Amino acid sequence: MSKGWFADIDPDDREGAARAVREGSADAPEEWPAVAVESGFASDDEEYYERLHEATLGAARAEVRERERADDAQLVHAVRAMDDADRVANELAERVGEWGGSLFSESGTGIEYARGLADREAETPVEERAIALASRVSGLANEADALREFIERATPTIAPNLAALAGPVLAARLIALAGGLGELAKKPSGTLQVLGAEEALFAHLRGHAPSPKHGIIYTHEYVHGTRPEDRGSAARALAGKLTIAARVDHYAGDRRPELDAELDERIATIRAREES
Amino acid sequence: MSLPAGIERREIDGRERLATRGTPVYGEPVEDGWRAWDPTRSKLGAMLETGMDPGVPDEPTVLYLGAASGTTVSHVADFSGPTYAVEFAPRPVRDLVGVAEDRKNLFPLLKDARKPETYAHVVERDVDAVIQDVATRGQADVALRNREFLADEGRLLAAIKARSEDVTRDPEDVFPDVLDRLSKGYEILETERMEPYHEDHLAVVARSR
Repeated sequence: MSKGWFADIDPDDREGAARAVREGSADAPEEWPAVAVESGFASDDEEYYERLHEATLGAARAEVRERERADDAQLVHAVRAMDDADRVANELAERVGEWGGSLFSESGTGIEYARGLADREAETPVEERAIALASRVSGLANEADALREFIERATPTIAPNLAALAGPVLAARLIALAGGLGELAKKPSGTLQVLGAEEALFAHLRGHAPSPKHGIIYTHEYVHGTRPEDRGSAARALAGKLTIAARVDHYAGDRRPELDAELDERIATIRAREES
Repeated sequence: MSLPAGIERREIDGRERLATRGTPVYGEPVEDGWRAWDPTRSKLGAMLETGMDPGVPDEPTVLYLGAASGTTVSHVADFSGPTYAVEFAPRPVRDLVGVAEDRKNLFPLLKDARKPETYAHVVERDVDAVIQDVATRGQADVALRNREFLADEGRLLAAIKARSEDVTRDPEDVFPDVLDRLSKGYEILETERMEPYHEDHLAVVARSR
């Protein structure tokens, strides 16, 4: 027979009760109120339900607090760390390429060259230093990959609709640029459209440049995969749906697959102009 | 059809509307302590409004799957006995906790309705109704997995959302598949499309086989 949440709990231990509700499990339900009264956890049904009410409220409050605190702030850190790791890895890889070329017969550039070099056996003290630097590059590149994997896993639970429409990494970048999911949800769609193109936007506002049509959302296939004449429309349509997705994620939290369908439809219409 | 005790049709704002008695939750109109139950905001409200027979006793024990922020659950708890409200997303649960604070018989659970073993140590067996409104693929499987909570004569009241199963397929094609799967464990008693209140939804009343 399964055990109820109250099985090993002192009736006055509120924290223990909340933890049991959160972490416990059972193969099958039982007549818990009767079991609890029989075991002396509560004197009657009424008292059992009072204690259950307190325990479930405590559990829900604690878990909501924990999960909310976690999430979008941690994602912002992860995205920025990924970009830093990427940028520094590439910068150091250039140095490794230059150095390695002067020491060894084969030369090359980039992360892949550094990874290859990192596996070599050093024969002189100077080779030792160059190879050690190459292994740092390889390690940093691995860390950037691991961060990307984390972002791909975490974003859909934090912002399910935004992640579905934008892809997890772009969704995380938008959240990072806005400074949080709540901040992103409060921005008008025109602002989201040019997030990441601030320099171009301010040049435009100062009056000596055309208005930017897209910021970071350019990396979305629906923008860069649309022909240049229609990219402005595609960017506007995408930004509109992403704004709605961010608001749903922040204020409601449920997944709405119809948003995906509406976006697909809208982009198909825009791209159909090409043929006509 | 008879409504369970505690749900009444009352004149509110000059119209006859479904109503329950309790603390207001979402800015709904209230008259003499009766809260108007808006069928456009609640699948269960729409089921009752269209005249489906929920087939539950007075003061039922209820397991509600997909409670969201608690709009519908607040009405359910008004007329029910112990009401277990399962919701998976943390943000709506924040609001649900607020609703439950004013209702001693409402127990919020931040759990995944697809994994009943994670709340079977809390939710009692032999509930009179499993009310289901989950926007996930595999809605029939959610109902089948939660059948273990239902009393022999208990009812499943489910709102099946076609777009959650497959956004690209015509709802007319989706519903028969879901009902077919559902009948592996349930006897379907009544179905009804939920227009005009909710688009592309099918309401189902069923009994455990």
